[in-house]
Amino acid sequence: MNSFFQYFADIFNGVKSLLTGMKVTGRYFFSPWEIVTQQYPENRKTLKMYDRFKGEVIMPHTANNEHRCTGCGICETNCPNGSIEIIQDKIDMPDGKKKRIIDKHIYHLSMCTFCGLCIKTCPSDALAWGQEFEHAVFDRTKLTKILNKPGSSILKDISE
Amino acid sequence: MKEVINLPVKNIEEEEYHINMGPQHPSTHGVLRLVVSLQGEIVKSLKPHCGYIHRGIEKMCEKDTYPQIIHLTDRMDYLSAHINNHAVCLLVEKALEVEVPERVKYIRTIVDELNRIASHQLWWCSFGMDMGGLTCFFYGLRDREKILDIFEESFGSRLLHSYYTPGGLMMDIHPDFQKNVKVFIKYFRKKIKDYDDLLSGNVIMQLRTKGVGVISKEDAISFGMTGPTGRGSGFSCDVRKHHPYGVYEKVQFNEIVRTEGDTLARYLNRMDEMRESMNIIEQLIDNIPAGDYTAKMKAVIKLPAGEYFQRVESARGELGVYVVSDGNKTPFRMKFRTPSFSNLSTLDYVSRGCKIADLVAIGASMDYVIPDIDR
Repeated sequence: MNSFFQYFADIFNGVKSLLTGMKVTGRYFFSPWEIVTQQYPENRKTLKMYDRFKGEVIMPHTANNEHRCTGCGICETNCPNGSIEIIQDKIDMPDGKKKRIIDKHIYHLSMCTFCGLCIKTCPSDALAWGQEFEHAVFDRTKLTKILNKPGSSILKDISE
Repeated sequence: MKEVINLPVKNIEEEEYHINMGPQHPSTHGVLRLVVSLQGEIVKSLKPHCGYIHRGIEKMCEKDTYPQIIHLTDRMDYLSAHINNHAVCLLVEKALEVEVPERVKYIRTIVDELNRIASHQLWWCSFGMDMGGLTCFFYGLRDREKILDIFEESFGSRLLHSYYTPGGLMMDIHPDFQKNVKVFIKYFRKKIKDYDDLLSGNVIMQLRTKGVGVISKEDAISFGMTGPTGRGSGFSCDVRKHHPYGVYEKVQFNEIVRTEGDTLARYLNRMDEMRESMNIIEQLIDNIPAGDYTAKMKAVIKLPAGEYFQRVESARGELGVYVVSDGNKTPFRMKFRTPSFSNLSTLDYVSRGCKIADLVAIGASMDYVIPDIDR
């Protein structure tokens, strides 16, 4: 007799537990304002990433096309996977000495793991995080970027 | 007329046969290949084949300096990336005898617990999905998104943060961090009730997990099971309680231990751990002391020659880091004792005699991360 009641109690409790679960799903079915999906490609114009978002490494330039990079190469030695290459150049100073400046700051986005060591260790704060995140391209060579803009020069206060 | 050939008919229930589960099976959560020996539907034995996502992280560590190693540990157990970073940072700080500021310890503990909740939420998603309830997957990921947004705002990335550095943090927390965490805790306390209504009390889930895959305490200890999996068998092994690091000494929390040792005990352990993590965060979030976010460290970190070991409680169990240093800026040898690998070793023993559908349930309750197994 006991097992007989147990049998029906199991059925009752089973159905009750299923209904409890369906109550949760049903509540969301009838409350469409709780939907959290972002309509991504449609909201591209209004989409704003967080300030600290790690999209890619960039070198900020001023309005006069000046950057802060001295070409010291600390970011290159700190990069764990060789995604930064620095090609240096030497120019003659007016006092006859030779001065080391940067020719090309090459950044391989395809090898970058976004660890942030280059930006953290840069002594002159020349590098920063960019907000761009749509990196898909058809040709892999496009992922190799030169960070210093053509014709740019070093900021006056840094070089002195 | 065709000739009728009488082939000898084999009785499939008597003969053992092998099937491959994985490496691309949804319930193995990655590229784990299980060669299952079956008799009918009963699992006779099981052989895991690891190495499909082996990247040689331990070997790569030997050429990297200590700050560079941090970003590799993210990629072992990617669901508890912060906690992996914490292990290496604690080891370097212990070896150099650096005292990190109180603020750093508080932030690290809070972020670790947030990471643990996020990891358990994803486990809950995949557990529900393995049991056949796809709704769980959407609900869990929806709530995990809230934590990932907090992470993204403060640390810049959602999964692989590399936020800790030896001696401190990469940057200070975002000014809105405390406010957002408090909003999240309030939100998630409501939502975790939905989790219980939807899956924990469900009769199908209860019948499929109760008494399935039982591991005794002695077996759990001899196999080296740790984390919520080991604590489901009554093995008290919480590193946060027994060997406290961070500010775990200062907070009140319970170590969740269940003695049943079955799949349901492991499930309920993780659900309770999420609640416990929220308690820990609530005690700390208002008391973060002011101060520096990093201790003064040398530009080139060189560990004194010797052997060092440090363990932390990751979301899956005990993570150990072992370093042999010869005094250079790179380690001579580095070894990670990862929890998923030890937990996987029990799978053959536990699943013998179970049905193949039970194997999926047991595997889901162990919460493997395959890159953590293969490293």
